[in-house]
Amino acid sequence: MHGLQAKELTLSYGEAIVIDRLHLTIPKGKITVFIGANGCGKSTLLRALARLLKPTGGVVLLDGKEIAKQPTKEIARRLAILPQSPMAPEGLTVLQLVKQGRYPYQTWFKQWSDEDERAVVRALEATGLAEFAERPVDSLSGGQRQRAWIAMTLAQETDIILLDEPTTYLDLAHQIDILDLLFELNATEQRTIVMVLHDLNLACRYAHHLVAIRDKTVYAEGKPEDIISRQLVKDVFQMDCQISYDPIFGTPLCIPYGKGRRILQKEGVS
Amino acid sequence: MLATNRQKMVGLIGLLIVLLAAMWMSIVCGYTDTSWRQAVAALIDNNGSNAHLVVATVRLPRALIAAAVGASLAMAGALMQALTRNPLASPGIFGINAGAGFFIVVMVTFFSISSLQMLSWVAFMGAAMAASIVFVISAAGKDGLTPLKMTLAGTAVAALFASLTQGMLAMNEKALEEVLFWLAGSVAGRKLELLAAVFPYLAAAWIGTLLLARHVNILMMGDDVAKGLGQRTNLIKAAAALLVVLLAGGSVAVAGPIGFIGIMVPHMARALAGVDHRWLLPYCALLGGILLLMADIGARYVLMPREVPVGIVTALLGVPFFIYIARRGIAAK
Repeated sequence: MHGLQAKELTLSYGEAIVIDRLHLTIPKGKITVFIGANGCGKSTLLRALARLLKPTGGVVLLDGKEIAKQPTKEIARRLAILPQSPMAPEGLTVLQLVKQGRYPYQTWFKQWSDEDERAVVRALEATGLAEFAERPVDSLSGGQRQRAWIAMTLAQETDIILLDEPTTYLDLAHQIDILDLLFELNATEQRTIVMVLHDLNLACRYAHHLVAIRDKTVYAEGKPEDIISRQLVKDVFQMDCQISYDPIFGTPLCIPYGKGRRILQKEGVS
Repeated sequence: MLATNRQKMVGLIGLLIVLLAAMWMSIVCGYTDTSWRQAVAALIDNNGSNAHLVVATVRLPRALIAAAVGASLAMAGALMQALTRNPLASPGIFGINAGAGFFIVVMVTFFSISSLQMLSWVAFMGAAMAASIVFVISAAGKDGLTPLKMTLAGTAVAALFASLTQGMLAMNEKALEEVLFWLAGSVAGRKLELLAAVFPYLAAAWIGTLLLARHVNILMMGDDVAKGLGQRTNLIKAAAALLVVLLAGGSVAVAGPIGFIGIMVPHMARALAGVDHRWLLPYCALLGGILLLMADIGARYVLMPREVPVGIVTALLGVPFFIYIARRGIAAK
C-alpha cells in the first residue's frame, strides 16, 4: 500500500549536502523517472532509496517501515537496484550472472532450489537471453550486456526495480530496446520501476510519473504531459527550449534552442 | 577451460593425485637420493639409519610444509585479488611479509630471540599487525573499504615496514646474519613441530575460505551490486581479510616470505576452473601446493650440491608470469 517513500531525506557527500529534506512517494506499479541537470543529486537519491547510501537525515520507508532498520537481505527480496555501468568479472557467463540474482534467497542450508532455477529461466526468457546463457558477459554487445544485468535483477523477483541510467553508453536503437523491455515488464507484471534517465524526450515517453530534481529537492512531479513546460526545462536544466508534442506518441517533446544549421525559415511548428 | 561441474570435479581429483605425486617426489628426490622402498620403510618402520632419518626428519616435514604453505598462499592470493579487484594483487599488498619481517628483526635485535619456533609466532604477529593497520586505514573515510584505498594503504604500510627493517639491519649487522636465513623464504630446515603449531590456524582458514566462496562471487561484482543483492559487504570483506591474515601470516611464520605463488596460482586456476570461487579456491589450493613442491624440488637441483632458497625459484618463475599478466591486461583494454 505504501511502497517506497522518502521523508525529510537529507543526503550528503562529506560536508556537501546533495539532497536537502526531500519528500517523495514512488507510485506503486508505475514507471517513475528522475530527471535533472548533471550533479543535481538524482543518482544519489536513487542510491539512497536502494539503501546503498546512508542518509544524513530523514528516512527511506519501504511499506511504511524504515529501510535502514530491516535486514538487508530481506530488502533485497522486495527491491532490486541496478547501479550505473556495473562490471562483471572477466569470463563470467550470462547464466552465472543471472544466478547471482538469487543470492538473497540462499542460506547455508538451502543453496539452490527449484524455485531459484525457475526464476533464472524466467529472467533469461523475459530478456530474450536464453540462447546466450553460456556466453561470457564481456563478449556481448553493450545492449545485450545491459539486458543480462537486467535479467539478474529480474531473477531477484522483487516488486520494485531501481535502475541508475540503464541506457548510458547505448546507441539509440539499444536505448529503445532496453526501455521497451522495462515498459513491458511494468505492463505485464505491474512491477514498480524507478530510473534515472538523461534523455528528456524518452523520459516523457516511457514515464508515468516524472520527478524533476533541482536545488537539492523535488522541483516538480507528476505526469510528463502535466508538468513539462518551457519554464520547467529552463529552471531544471538552465536551457531555453520549445515544447512540442511527439507526432507519434503525443508525449511532450523538448526542442532545445541553441546554434545549428537552420534550413526552415519559419519558427517551429507548435 | 573445464566447462561442466563433472569435468571440474574430475580435474580436481586429477590435481589431488598430482599433488600427492609431487609430495612423494619431494620425499624421494634430492642430494641423497632415496629409493621408494627405503622411503616407505622410513615412514612405516624407521630403523634409525641415516637414510631413514633424512626421510623422517628432513624430507617429510619439507614436503608437508611446501604443500600446506603453497596451498595457503595461493588461496590467500585469490582472496586478495577478489578483495582488491586487482589481478596483480598478492597477500604482500596487506603488508603481511613486510610486517612479519619487521617484527622478526625487532625481536632479534632487541630481545636476541633466535629459536625458529619463537620467531614463527613473532612473524605471525607482525603479519597480523601490519594487516590490521592496513585494514583500519582503508576502512576510515566515507566510502569504507574500497579496493583502491586498500591497495594504497597496503602499499604504503608495506613500504614503511620494509624501510624500518632495512634501517635496523643497516645498523645491526649481527641481526642481519641471523635474520637473512629467515628473510630468504624456504621450506627446508623446518621441524614438523613448527608446522604442527600453525596447522590448526591454516586448516581453519582453508575451511573458512571455502565457506566464504559463494559470498566472494557476489563481492566480485562490485560493492553496489553486492549491497543491492543484500550482502553485508563490510562483514564479508573483514572475514576475507582475516582469512588472508591466517593463511598468509601462517605461511610466513612457517616458511618466511615466499613470493609470487599468491599472484600466479589464481590465474592458472582461473584458466582451468573459471571465475566461480566455489571451484576456483579448491583449484588454487591444489595448484599452489603442487607449484611450491615442484619449485622446492627444483631448488635442490639448480646448484647441486648446494640448495637455492625456494623463494628465489618462485621469483624466477613468477617475474615472467607477472609481466605476461600485466601485458595481457593492457592488451585487453
